[in-house]
Amino acid sequence: MSSTFDTVANIISETCDIPRETIKPESHAINDLGIDSLDFLDIAFAIDKAFGIKMPLEQWTQEVNEGKATPEQYFQLDNLCTRIDELVAARGA
Amino acid sequence: MLPGAPDALSMRLEYFQLIDRIVELELANQTIRTQARVPTVSTIFEGHFPGFPLMPGVLLIEAMAQTSGWLLIAITRFTRMPFFAAVREAKLRAFVTPGQELDLSAKLLHEGSGFAVTKAEIRSGGKLACNAEITFRLVEFPNPEFRTNMEKMAAVLEFPVGALANG
Repeated sequence: MSSTFDTVANIISETCDIPRETIKPESHAINDLGIDSLDFLDIAFAIDKAFGIKMPLEQWTQEVNEGKATPEQYFQLDNLCTRIDELVAARGA
Repeated sequence: MLPGAPDALSMRLEYFQLIDRIVELELANQTIRTQARVPTVSTIFEGHFPGFPLMPGVLLIEAMAQTSGWLLIAITRFTRMPFFAAVREAKLRAFVTPGQELDLSAKLLHEGSGFAVTKAEIRSGGKLACNAEITFRLVEFPNPEFRTNMEKMAAVLEFPVGALANG
């Protein structure tokens, strides 16, 4: 989890020019860090490449739009890292 | 396309039709090649530039995006429309002038969920004219008419429908 967070935080910092020290596990990518949907595509590209996964962004967005999930479940960084770890584990299963 | 061919067989810059035909689509390799001929006459050249007509770099980037777009339409089998979202590392390496024959190509770098990234380039006479990395949002076609129009355009561009069955 911690190494996943470090990787994700570094990607966000480099992609969006956000100071690394301001990126915390409890940070919300949109509400706290101000990342917009276009920047998030760059972040998703980098995360997919770094972890060898394909984050199901369309499914997550649909779940949020339909009220089946909260944005925090996917876009708060500690939760996002948990989702990434799950996807990595599923890939290796 | 033969050098000196009439402009009726060229890109239609004012209509944003920036490729003339798809010449190769390889789904296994996730690559595409297209061709285009810069028209000899266009209102665009009246301003860009008087006495020194040059194909605008933004239109070359759009041509690379359109080439990439047809690759993505093929990969998603006409279920998603790619919309140009970002371009990085765009390099305009040589002047492109009226009448020039262009060979365009694109390769998929990554297909994410709802987005894709390609690497594209344009060559003329074998020489690299420009290249870029392009990001697209992949969304459902906004309406049936839109998809129908894209299918009509695919036919105009000789989209190799058979490649979808083989891919």
